[in-house]
Amino acid sequence: MMGKKRAWIFFLLPSLGGVFVFVVCPFADVVRRSFLTAMTGQFVGLWNYRMVFGNMAFRTAMKNTFFFTAFCIPILVSFGLLVALAISRVKHIRLLKSLYLFPMAMPTAAIVIVWKMLFYKQGFVNKYLQGQETALMDYLGTEAAFYLLAGTYIWKNMGYTVTLWLAGLMGISGEMLEAAKVDGAGRMQRLFYVLLPNLKGSMYIIVVLSFLNSFKIYREAYLVAGSYPHESIYMLQHLFNNWFVNLDLDKMAAAAVVCGAVFLAGILLLQRAWEQ
Amino acid sequence: MVAERIGQEKKAGRRGVWKDMGKGRVGKGRVGKRREEGRRADCWMSIGREALEFMRKREEVWKGRLLEGVLLLPALLVCIPVIILLTGSVMGRGELAAYLRPVLSETSGFISWKLMPDYPTFANYKRLLLETPQFFVLFWNSMGMVFAILAGQLLVGVPAAWAFAAYEFPLRKWALTVYIVLMLLPFQVTMLSSYLVLDGMGLMNTQKAIVLPAVFSTFPVFICYGGFLQIPKELFESARMDGAGEALIFFKFGLPLGKGGILSALALGFLEYWNLMEQPLAFLEDKALWPLSLYLPEIGWQQAGYAFAASVITLIPAVFVFLAGQDYLEQGIVYAGLKG
Repeated sequence: MMGKKRAWIFFLLPSLGGVFVFVVCPFADVVRRSFLTAMTGQFVGLWNYRMVFGNMAFRTAMKNTFFFTAFCIPILVSFGLLVALAISRVKHIRLLKSLYLFPMAMPTAAIVIVWKMLFYKQGFVNKYLQGQETALMDYLGTEAAFYLLAGTYIWKNMGYTVTLWLAGLMGISGEMLEAAKVDGAGRMQRLFYVLLPNLKGSMYIIVVLSFLNSFKIYREAYLVAGSYPHESIYMLQHLFNNWFVNLDLDKMAAAAVVCGAVFLAGILLLQRAWEQ
Repeated sequence: MVAERIGQEKKAGRRGVWKDMGKGRVGKGRVGKRREEGRRADCWMSIGREALEFMRKREEVWKGRLLEGVLLLPALLVCIPVIILLTGSVMGRGELAAYLRPVLSETSGFISWKLMPDYPTFANYKRLLLETPQFFVLFWNSMGMVFAILAGQLLVGVPAAWAFAAYEFPLRKWALTVYIVLMLLPFQVTMLSSYLVLDGMGLMNTQKAIVLPAVFSTFPVFICYGGFLQIPKELFESARMDGAGEALIFFKFGLPLGKGGILSALALGFLEYWNLMEQPLAFLEDKALWPLSLYLPEIGWQQAGYAFAASVITLIPAVFVFLAGQDYLEQGIVYAGLKG
């Protein structure tokens, strides 16, 4: 039998091996390649990086991705908390939670056809807005696409966020709240001095997971608008995909390293902030 | 929970009123009249207080109901797409064409809709399920890939989660951080590295190119780890004292007690991989290998009924997993948020 000391190796090895073969080693190779030309393999120093930063598409994509997350995540996280606080006060917690979680189960492909019916130029939204001043809008071909996508993201991830907040709320002891109540703390005071400080840990993970999920909005964006959507929703995901299709592998390598570094720094910074 | 507490307090409060009144009646004759009167006044005052309290509670209950209504509204909005899909899938071809004419023939006007079709028909389903063999190919592509991925994750990820949860070893913390970071990296960042390794193995344009990297995803490891952490460690220690081997402990204690985490990972995994998009788009050229999720949007307006029926059929397994595994799903979401 395997001893206690070494048993973990047998449990961990298959996974660790796979992670190294499929992710860690090839990513190291990508880092190496980011300093070479794709065709001839010559060392070109930071040339690829300069190319990437000088690339208009990359800048647009970076900017859009940044704005998208900066716009959506605060809304999602704060609304999620409001909904969670409200849900924790009512009777049918389970039913409401299920309803909010349900969009998560909606297959992207099934959403897309409905979105087309709603938001096309001749779709329902325009039909009911017709009476008003707004001219006919093709929501997918204008700036509105950004907000449409943001709405879809929030719609899809609200349940996820609410569930996490609720778990955090349930973790706070009732005694602590009672004690604050006895000491004369009002509802708002309890919220700001008891609930929120205790939810810091949840907040960290909610932000990180929301960020992770924000990248999956590409599915909807791609299915609704294709590889080259309106400029306002051209994101890093589109860019990577298009470079991949065009075999711009050297640019891709440099961009992957840049993005990987940004994410790593972001995750570690958040983690540091959280542990304090 | 909170609402329940309020309900209990309400009941207790009501009981309190009657108790006080009863006391007043019992006290008659035993104590002096003046005292009795004082007590009665007390009692009435207390009734007044209780009544106020009761009204406040009732107001709170009503507020709760109002809140529930407000919360229900957006939740119901969620269901609209499903209703549109369901009605569309049982609409006849002519009816659909009439409603969607503005899009089909690019004339002006708007599309319209009816919640109940004039002539409900299962023709779309019939055509899809009986007369379109390609649909089955794609459906089973999806099913096959999802199950291969989930089976692989069970074999590889669950033991790894166990290693992190049940053992102390050098670099454990470090390895866990790497796993977390990898879990959080979006596909696009690792796309090129995946491509390089898959191309090197000659797996491009095969379904293995989708399945293999997903098997080694660190997300399920993390979820299962969250489940395993809930098991008290003393349990393994005492089993070890009794002479149980490490493998036995894993199978006898780890798996049954960590079941919640494992099922959570499976439920979350199913919903994720049933929607596979990025990977097949990049690594599968041959459309015959595509999953359903990628093919569906290719169906044009001309075949709307067909697309609706296909969407509903795609929806069914996801909804099934959602309903069957909802508790685990929630648990999994919570486990994903556990501290590393």
